[in-house]
Amino acid sequence: MAHEKIQTENMFLHYGSKLALNDISIQIPEKKVTAFIGPSGCGKSTFLRSLNRMNDLIDGVKIEGKILIDGINIYDNNIDVVTLRKKVGMVFQKSNPFAKSIYENVAYGPRINGVKDKKQLDEIIETALQNAAIWTEVKDRLGDSAMGLSGGQQQRLCIARTLAVNPEIVLMDEPASALDPLSTSKIEELIVQLKEKYTIVIVTHNMQQAARISDLTAFFYLGELIEFDKTKKIFTNPEKKQTEDYITGRFG
Amino acid sequence: MTNKTQKGKRSKSSDSGLIDITQKKFRWSDYLAEKIIRGTAFLSIAIIVLIFFFVFRESLPIFSTAKSSAKTEASAENQATQETYGEVTDTPKAQDVQETYGEVVDISATADSTSEAYTVSAGSGFDDNQTALKSILTKDWVPVSQKPRYGILSLIIGTFKVTIISMLFAAPLAIMAALYTASFAGKRLKEIIKPTIELLAGFPSVVIGFFALMVLASFLQEVFHYDTRLNSFVGGIAMGIAAIPIIFTITEDALTAVPKTFSEASLALGASKWQTAFFVILPAATPGIFAAVLLGVGRVFGETMIALMATGNAAQMGLNPFESVRTLAATIGAEMAEVVFGDTHYNVLFLIGSLLFIFTFILNAIAEFYVKGKLMKRIQGK
Repeated sequence: MAHEKIQTENMFLHYGSKLALNDISIQIPEKKVTAFIGPSGCGKSTFLRSLNRMNDLIDGVKIEGKILIDGINIYDNNIDVVTLRKKVGMVFQKSNPFAKSIYENVAYGPRINGVKDKKQLDEIIETALQNAAIWTEVKDRLGDSAMGLSGGQQQRLCIARTLAVNPEIVLMDEPASALDPLSTSKIEELIVQLKEKYTIVIVTHNMQQAARISDLTAFFYLGELIEFDKTKKIFTNPEKKQTEDYITGRFG
Repeated sequence: MTNKTQKGKRSKSSDSGLIDITQKKFRWSDYLAEKIIRGTAFLSIAIIVLIFFFVFRESLPIFSTAKSSAKTEASAENQATQETYGEVTDTPKAQDVQETYGEVVDISATADSTSEAYTVSAGSGFDDNQTALKSILTKDWVPVSQKPRYGILSLIIGTFKVTIISMLFAAPLAIMAALYTASFAGKRLKEIIKPTIELLAGFPSVVIGFFALMVLASFLQEVFHYDTRLNSFVGGIAMGIAAIPIIFTITEDALTAVPKTFSEASLALGASKWQTAFFVILPAATPGIFAAVLLGVGRVFGETMIALMATGNAAQMGLNPFESVRTLAATIGAEMAEVVFGDTHYNVLFLIGSLLFIFTFILNAIAEFYVKGKLMKRIQGK
């Protein structure tokens, strides 16, 4: 197996007094697509948000255990969260472009990282938009507001925005759940392409999607990691009965 | 199936047992409620419109060339007396009648313009509305005099001067405070700051004016070392204090209303809290902030009490912020009670009232169209 990019050891997460994640230990390899599946409220999104410390924004979240990225515990005191989030980008469930032009949306990340040169910025933006497979659709109207794009385009723009910061890991929280089948398939193709350069962790409710695009799949249930293995194995010959019940739809 | 129809004549048509929907019913409560709501809406609109027409009508005689009002003052009992109002400046008695109103500094200039414009009518009583109309666009506001002049230009300039100063002071403070409260303050702190500042919005302006007159004026004079103690700067700061709570509250609401997904997206891109607040949240709330500032402008524009107490009330044109000024609202407030009913002066005050009305109207129209049109378009991308 490839190098372990993300590693957690006995990780617990509490929302106030409620235990949301119970003893999660997982190794996520570099430059692969890893999918998290499981019913709503099982903690997979919470776990995803822990990986770039977005949970810090929520009151009452307490995390125990270790989350290592490239062998470094990201919850150590000396960690710079801002830099961590540059390294670990995130795409959200609901596309959330800024109320700015398409160009400005993608330029935002590089700008706050100190890229001022217009030419360099143009290059970064073109590359990011191309990598997000939206360049041909928007190249003639970069100055238009991003709010005028369709839902699928907005989501790909958000992916481009994330890529423009040049992260190593891209976390995706149900990136296609609000999109029509055509847009979804575009996003899926994109994800498969992106794994050449990035480590991708995706949360999805759509099991076919997980089966189609991921190399590894983790099944979460009630805050616990039930099973984690190669996608093929999970979907054809799962070890645990709970996993089998869930993927065959006999869950109750 | 049970029959759900009402008793009496309508039950007949529902013999089949189905609910009958073909009979239109007259619902008294709905009818009354609708009429009452509509009536109230039109009443409130009508009241505003009628007030405007009343104010405007009272100012109309100025524009008519006929001598519509007899001027009582013109009886010329005390022809040679020198009228003074406010501080008496020690000037040697000139052959011309020299009026001072507040602190007139540049006496020669006043005298010059007076003699040019009014020599013709000087002999003929000077109560003509036409002369009043002519003098309106001059800078001399000397309404109580043998040769009254109603130059409201200095009042308009004074009002704008005070408004600009107060907004330069209040808007950045209020917006920054709101940004802090909305994006940085902890939950507990926010729960204290917001209601406290909102309470200040109900602070009686006479108290702020009093404070400005007694404390602020002396303090600022000590700091900035200017000559006139009460001036547009002091007035602007005091009115800014009155406007801060309004701007703060609405700005804070606008900032809080910015979707959380915006700040999440920005933070996930590796932006710091400050960068997120300044480059994402603040721009996204621009329409609301713009509206907040305009409301603040409206407040300062119509503010009377603070203007009366803190601006010095001398009608001057200069652009120096440390000169005394007289605002439109303060002029009405100070003079309306002492004016002769139906007199030209009375009409001019009503004209000033109409002007205030029109300015505020234009301001609100700009806010409405700018916010609804341009800004919303930019944000929704249509």
